[in-house]
Amino acid sequence: MAINRAFLGRAYPAPEPYEVTRGKIREFAEAVGDPNPLYSDPATARDEGHPDVVAPPTFPIVLGMAGAGRAVTDPELGLDFSMVVHGEQRFRYTRPVRAGDVLDAVTRITDIRSLAGNELITLESEITDPEGAHVVTAVNMLVVRGAADGAGATSEAKEGDA
Amino acid sequence: MTAAVRYDEVEAGTELGERTFPVRRVDLVRYAGASGDFNPIHWNDRTAKAVGLPGVIAHGMFTMAEAVRLVTDWVGDPGAVVEYGTRFSAPVVVPDDDEGAEITVSGVIKEKRGDNQVLVALTVRSGGTRVLARPTVVVRLA
Repeated sequence: MAINRAFLGRAYPAPEPYEVTRGKIREFAEAVGDPNPLYSDPATARDEGHPDVVAPPTFPIVLGMAGAGRAVTDPELGLDFSMVVHGEQRFRYTRPVRAGDVLDAVTRITDIRSLAGNELITLESEITDPEGAHVVTAVNMLVVRGAADGAGATSEAKEGDA
Repeated sequence: MTAAVRYDEVEAGTELGERTFPVRRVDLVRYAGASGDFNPIHWNDRTAKAVGLPGVIAHGMFTMAEAVRLVTDWVGDPGAVVEYGTRFSAPVVVPDDDEGAEITVSGVIKEKRGDNQVLVALTVRSGGTRVLARPTVVVRLA
């Protein structure tokens, strides 16, 4: 089933700010097996000039997922989540996310198109602090395999740019 | 934010070496919990095969998290990363055994930019296949 083009440009503000804790950063760093002390030791982080421990560069996906989740599960959008693979991901940082942050996120659907029998949808999450200052933008392109009109129900097992 | 590598000491062509990171099923379960991405293709063989994949595959974001460690360990401070992006070109298939799979990462400085920034091009492979397409990191050096 093709994705509903009427959703292009729609914005999904996160329902509440995301509070970043030391514990969540540590959990994420452990899950990716990264022992960098700037993720777990506030004293080391301060020595490097940060007010508290910082989060790994891919951590903002956690906030992006919250916003993107609301967007992609809207039944009117017509996205078959069981056929979704991650096509592309980009982050642009003004500064690292750190413990103590209270972050707002707005996720927008910035592109929907067909390519080689798949449907591609791009979600852009802008993450800001309470004063509205930019922290990081996460751009997430999802591939819905075999979803374009006229395509078969399954396509070759391949993640991303099929 | 202070990188341990000085901008003046590197040039286009400077290599960052190579690292190999293991990825087993338990790593994917832990990553699913920490990230909130519970898509069953990352932990359930039946689901993965039903949607036409060879088996359970790693989260693309897990691979991306491993790959950038080549750069963050090189500069010391992860806060020095200005941009990071990639396309996902092939899945990292993670077998249900004790060894799992491996992700091998190498990198080279492609370009020096203004404001002490350099663009690092990564090469990320698993089982001999390039799993990320054009992964690049822009990082600010000291």
